[in-house]
Parts: sequence; C-alpha cells; structure tokens
Amino acid sequence: MKNRSEAGQAGKPRSGCSQNSAGRGQILSILQVNSRSIDQKSGEIWTGQADLQPISFKSDRLLEQRPLLQKRIPIHPRSVRGKFRTFKWGVLILAYSVFFALPWLPWGRHGAPAQAVLFDLASRRFFLFGLVVYPQDVYWLALLLFLAAVLLFFATALVGRAFCGYFCFQTLWTDAFIAIERLVQGERPARLRLHKQPLSPEKAFKLALTHGLWLLLAFWTALGFILYFGYAPGLAREFFSGQAPQAAYFTVLILTVSTYLAAGWAREQVCIHICPYSRFQSAMYDPETLAVAYDVARGEGSAGRLAAKPGMRTREERQAGGHGDCIDCGLCVQVCPAGIDIRAGMQYQCISCGLCIDACNGIMDSMGFSRGLIRYDSEENLRSARPGRPRLHWKRLKIVGYGAALVVVAGFLVYSVAHRSAFEESIQQVRQPLFVQLSDGRIRNRYQIRVTNKATREETYLISVRGIPQASLDLGSIHRLTVPPGKTLMVQASVKLTPAQAEKVEEFEFVITPESRPKAARAREARFFSRHGSL
Amino acid sequence: MHAPVQTTGHVWDGDLAEYNNPLPTWWVWAFYATIASSLVYWLIYPAWPVGKGFTKGFETITYVNDKGVTKTTHWNTRALLMKEMNQADKQQRPYFEKVESTPYQKIAADPELSNFVTSAGKTLFQDNCAACHQAGGQGKIGFAPNLTDDDWLYGGTYQKIQETITNGRHGYMPPFRDVLSDRQMDDLASYVLSLSGEKADPARAAAGDALFHSETAACYYCHGADAKGRQVLGSANLTDKIWLWADIPADRTLDRKVQDIEWVIAGGLNKGVMPTWKDRLKPEQIKVLTVYVHELGGGK
Repeated sequence: MKNRSEAGQAGKPRSGCSQNSAGRGQILSILQVNSRSIDQKSGEIWTGQADLQPISFKSDRLLEQRPLLQKRIPIHPRSVRGKFRTFKWGVLILAYSVFFALPWLPWGRHGAPAQAVLFDLASRRFFLFGLVVYPQDVYWLALLLFLAAVLLFFATALVGRAFCGYFCFQTLWTDAFIAIERLVQGERPARLRLHKQPLSPEKAFKLALTHGLWLLLAFWTALGFILYFGYAPGLAREFFSGQAPQAAYFTVLILTVSTYLAAGWAREQVCIHICPYSRFQSAMYDPETLAVAYDVARGEGSAGRLAAKPGMRTREERQAGGHGDCIDCGLCVQVCPAGIDIRAGMQYQCISCGLCIDACNGIMDSMGFSRGLIRYDSEENLRSARPGRPRLHWKRLKIVGYGAALVVVAGFLVYSVAHRSAFEESIQQVRQPLFVQLSDGRIRNRYQIRVTNKATREETYLISVRGIPQASLDLGSIHRLTVPPGKTLMVQASVKLTPAQAEKVEEFEFVITPESRPKAARAREARFFSRHGSL
Repeated sequence: MHAPVQTTGHVWDGDLAEYNNPLPTWWVWAFYATIASSLVYWLIYPAWPVGKGFTKGFETITYVNDKGVTKTTHWNTRALLMKEMNQADKQQRPYFEKVESTPYQKIAADPELSNFVTSAGKTLFQDNCAACHQAGGQGKIGFAPNLTDDDWLYGGTYQKIQETITNGRHGYMPPFRDVLSDRQMDDLASYVLSLSGEKADPARAAAGDALFHSETAACYYCHGADAKGRQVLGSANLTDKIWLWADIPADRTLDRKVQDIEWVIAGGLNKGVMPTWKDRLKPEQIKVLTVYVHELGGGK
C-alpha cells in the first residue's frame, strides 16, 4: 500500500494510470478556459491538449535515476600552502597539544588526585584547575552550552561556518588523517594513481601503513579521552597492564573505531549527511555574512572562464576576449576536502575552510593577477555592481543581539562560579509521621539535614535554629557534622516544642555554619507541624 | 531502483498498479543477520519446549542461596536475581561488619555509619516491621505501638530494643469484667484519665484512685503504685500522654474517653504480640534495625 500511496503523491501517470490523468487534464482545461491564470499571456489560451502532455515531476525523475545509496567518490585533496592552511595547522597543533597534554598537567589538591582537569565520575566530582564542580552545579553546564550555541550563531552570522572549517574536531582529525595519508602515499596524483592501480605488494604495504597509522592516532585519541576520567599516570599504567576498569577498554574501543571511521572513511560525509549544522546554516547566513565565495563577475567576465592558453595569458588579452580572471586550473576543486567546486556558488557541503582561497591566491600570484578571486566576502557585496572591499558587517541587530546575549550569559556564568558556595544543604522534613506527641505532651517534628561539602578540605558544620528556643533542637549523638571533601552526610534533627509554643510557630530557620568560616553560615526555612492540616 | 520502475504486475480497477520497490540490500542482509543471531540465543538461553521440559541452553549461573548453599543452574531470571543479590550482599558486607564490631553509642555518633544504618535500616524496617508499625514507625492506636515517641513498654535503650526484636514480646492484661462492677470500672477509667492530665470527674477519679491501689482491682501490681508502669512486665505508663489501645486523642467527649478505657479494663488485653525475629534476621540485621528504631527519635 505504501508504494501505491507514493505513486499517488507523486501524481505521476504511470502506464496503468494514464487514463486517469487524462481525465484530470480535461477538468483542468475546462477550468482554465474560463479563468485567466496569472501566467497566461494575453491572447494565449491554454488548451486541454497541453495538459494531456505527460506530466513528469522532478522528484520522480530523481527517484528513477538515483540509486538508494550514492556511491562515494573518494576525495584525494591536494595539499596547499597559504595563510588559511597555516592558520589551520596552528589551530590543529594548539588543539592537539591541549587535548593530549591537559590530563597530564599536575595540580596540587587536598584529598584528591593531583590532576588539573579530572572528571571523577565515581565520586561525582569534576576538577577544573582550582574549581571543583558537583552535579548540583549542572546549570553551569547549561550556561556553558548556551554560551557555546550563541557563540556559534554569532560567529556564523558574522563569518560563516568558521567553526566547521577551523575548529570542529571532525575537521581537525580529518586534516590529520589526510596528512598521514599524504605522508605515506604521496601527493594527490600519486594517491589517485595508487587508488586506481590493481593490488600489488607496494599498494598493500602503503595502504596497510596508512590504515595502521590512522588506527594508531585513533587509539591515541581514545586513550587521551579516557585520561580525563581517571588519574592519568595511574590509569595509563593500569590500561596497559590490563588492570583498568572494563568501561575504560570499552570506551577506548568505541572511540578508536569511531575516530578511525569518521576521520579515515566517512570524512566529508559526516559533515554532509550526519552533522545537522550544514543543513541549518542557511538560517544563520545573511546577505551581509562573510563567506568563502568566488567572484563570478571577475572570474567569468562576459565570455566565461578560459584556460591560460598562449595569447590568453595577460589580463589585457583576456579582457579583450571577454574572459574573466579564472584560468580554470581546477586547483580550488583539487584542494577542497569536501570535493566541491566553489565556483558553483554557495553550497551546503562547504565547510568554509578557506583552502580554495589559498590555492587560488597562489595561482593569481603566479599569473600576476591580483589576489582574491576566491575570497571571504558577503553575498551583498558580490552582487553589487561595484563590489567594494570585503568588510565585517557587525552593526546588525542580529550580531549585536547575539553579542549582548554572549556578554550577559558569560557574565552570569563568571559571577555564578565566582560566588559559588563551599557547601550545599538540603532539609527534608520527615513526613511519616508528620509530628509526634511525646509522653510529656510536647510535639516533635523531625528533619533530615544533608550537607554536601564542596570545599577541597574536610569541614565541620554546626547546626542551630533561629526563631525557636535553641534547647528545642535535638541532634541526637551527632552534635558536629564533619564531612570529608566531596561527600554528603545526613544528620537527623528533632525539634521539640510544647503545645503552647507549637501553637505560635509555623516556620523557623535552621542555620548551618561551617566551623572554619562562620561568615559563610546559611539559614534555611523549615516548617513545624503540630496538628493535622485543616485546609 | 533504476528506471523504469517496475510494478508488481497486480492491477486493480483496471488502472491501479503497484510499484515494486525492493528493500535495500543492506536492509535485507541485516534482517537475515538478526535471524542468524537468534540461533545463538537458542544455544545460550532456555528456548524451546521439549516434552514436559525445555531446552536449557549452555549458559549457567552460579549463586549462593538463602541457606548458604552454592548452586549452579541453567540461565534463568530467578537465579540471576540471586546472583545479583549475592553481589549486593558482598558490597554491603564491610558496612555490616563495621556495624557488628562497633558499640551502639558509636554507631549513632558516627555520621557515615549512622547514614548507612538509616538507609539499610529503612529497607529492613519496610520489609519486616512496617506491616504493623507502619512505614515511618508511627504505629497505630489499637494495633501496634508508636516507635517514634519516647514512651516504651519494654524499654527504649539499645539493649532493650535489641532484646525486643530478637525474642519478641507478648503483652497481657487480664479482663476485669467479672471482677469489677460497671461503676468500679467507670471510677478506674476516670482515674486513669486524670493521671494523664485529662479532664475527669474528681470524685470518681478519687474513688478510682482508691480502687487502683486496693486488693480488689490490684492494678498497682503491674502498673506500679505510681501508675508509671513496669518495663520488666511491659505494663503501660498510665501517667503520660501516650495511648496505645484506647484512642483518647481522637475522642471528643468525656463519655467516649471513659467508655474506651472501660473497654480495655473490662476485656483485658491479649493481643500485644510482637513476633520473634531471631530466626528470620541475622544478628547484624537486628543490630542495624535496633539502631534504626532507636534513631526514629524516641531512643533512650
């Protein structure tokens, strides 16, 4: 039935349906004879005959021609030199240094591993240099994610997919994998040749070496990742002596495989088919957004691009023939890691890495033409009759709005972290029973007071009450609650009031005072029940 | 799926055809793979009924049962639960051992240990005690004593609570229906009310006082001359505000209160039975429960 409904949707007259479709055409023709359509030029009358022509929809044609899974054409990007490539290498080196070295950075700490950045899942503590983050602080993560999202929107609206091209780990790791590939198999032509030639010992060796190195880097990446979740020197030793927890091996296996597949095999397909960003970037781009673009007017001229044949080398010669500056060398396509032709205009596959700019600039230099045939420019500028110098259009409501949101959220996050408290308390009233009458007639309520010590050293907490006599508080045998760092402990508090007192008290406060810092004392309201509610 | 699209060859109403869109190859192979993997399951786990039994599979589970006997069976969820319980027991063991070797006072004063007792004790209490004493230990008037107040029939020290849990209790009060007249029981009830500070007829309470301490009713034998009860016997303290059998706090009128107490005096009590737990719980579990009950707020 599904197939049938599809056929209905496409509305395509197939052999069996042609009569039906003809009928529909007749109805249309009747309607159109009597009503002039907007598209109808004066004097022109649409006939039913026109509608009897087989209608073919684009989607249907595609369905017929395209296999379900498009076969991937391997991309062998040519290496290139230039300022964008240099910038990309710089980002890569910085990112790798931070990622791989950070877990090994020591950091003196009381009662916890001496590691600067450590996500201690087992005891639910996350160490970031001098900061210890607890699950209660999860809203910091929410703020951070919001910040990241707004930063992404901000950057995208301003300079396009800067994140994709220079900072995304898919791009970074793909770059590294391509570098390995080039190291072993040589430059693009050599790689293409190797790809086409039948299997030989040389090809087998080169492929094995490439994949071996890829796997090694993938494994190293996975290992680097897990070192954030345990004391790095200890975990590394345990890992290689087979004593690490099962989760560590499992994580390394998953990450090794996924890194190897994503950066070695899938590459640009991750950006095109998996990552949603390429699809919703169009909602973030404005006509003023700077993006990697080909200057069609300059490149094509009036007679199109042309190779630099003899007699067509200088600008004057070319302009005389109506040809633009593009000599159709194809280098911009060869260096593209997404395998696209930037000259076809903006495409969702473009990750905005700027390598085609580097490639084209090199060619323009050698031709003696000015640089910037492919450049960062705005759609608006390129479209204008006399394009000016590309400039950053930041005086836009969108940009200022994103910027303001960035500043506000970042400020709030910094404030929140700076003013974090060293302990967290929660007071839970025992509700079964809500209250108890004691033998001398007094009414007792009970409370479970939990204190989480978020400081880095042991702390003793004193618990007192405000609003009722101090003597009515009974903490049992635990008068001073000593909590080790990162732990939560509970004390059961009883409050006993005479019926006369209870009559007057509905609410009072518990005051929790860290012994070493009395000023950080905090009060929390609690209710006192002395009779069953009559709401 | 290359052009032109094939149809299944079925035609309805003379012109409705059906596309023949074969499933993608990868999908079909994934489907076969799931069938193949089910064969593996048949080999590992119980699968097919055979006669009165079933194929048991090669996977086995080894666990220790309640009696401490190690058993190995074919894979089944009951044994899996036992195995998981064994592992949980193993993880709890160090804490129970620490509780076992620590004196009561120190358990209550050590936040970490008392936190363990509070959570482990809660589970034990829900499983074993809550049926009578209710989820929070608040008891039920006319049924089971409140464990959260500070009144204890048999004593509220750690030792006494442990004794109560271990050996159980059986409270008894003889019926006075045949010994005392209605008038006498009325007098006694008024006296008992006055002991707790409730309003009562002073003249009748005075008469009840005399009767209480006389050989006729001989209440003081068990409840003591001061009417404060004797924990050795489990006799109730009649002078405090705590009531177990007569629901005085809920009674609105004096008549009802007197009637309720009379009912207890006339009929006596033979239902204050607490079962013994020494055969059902391990000593360390009883110890955890003892501290838990003690820390419900009324412990002495």
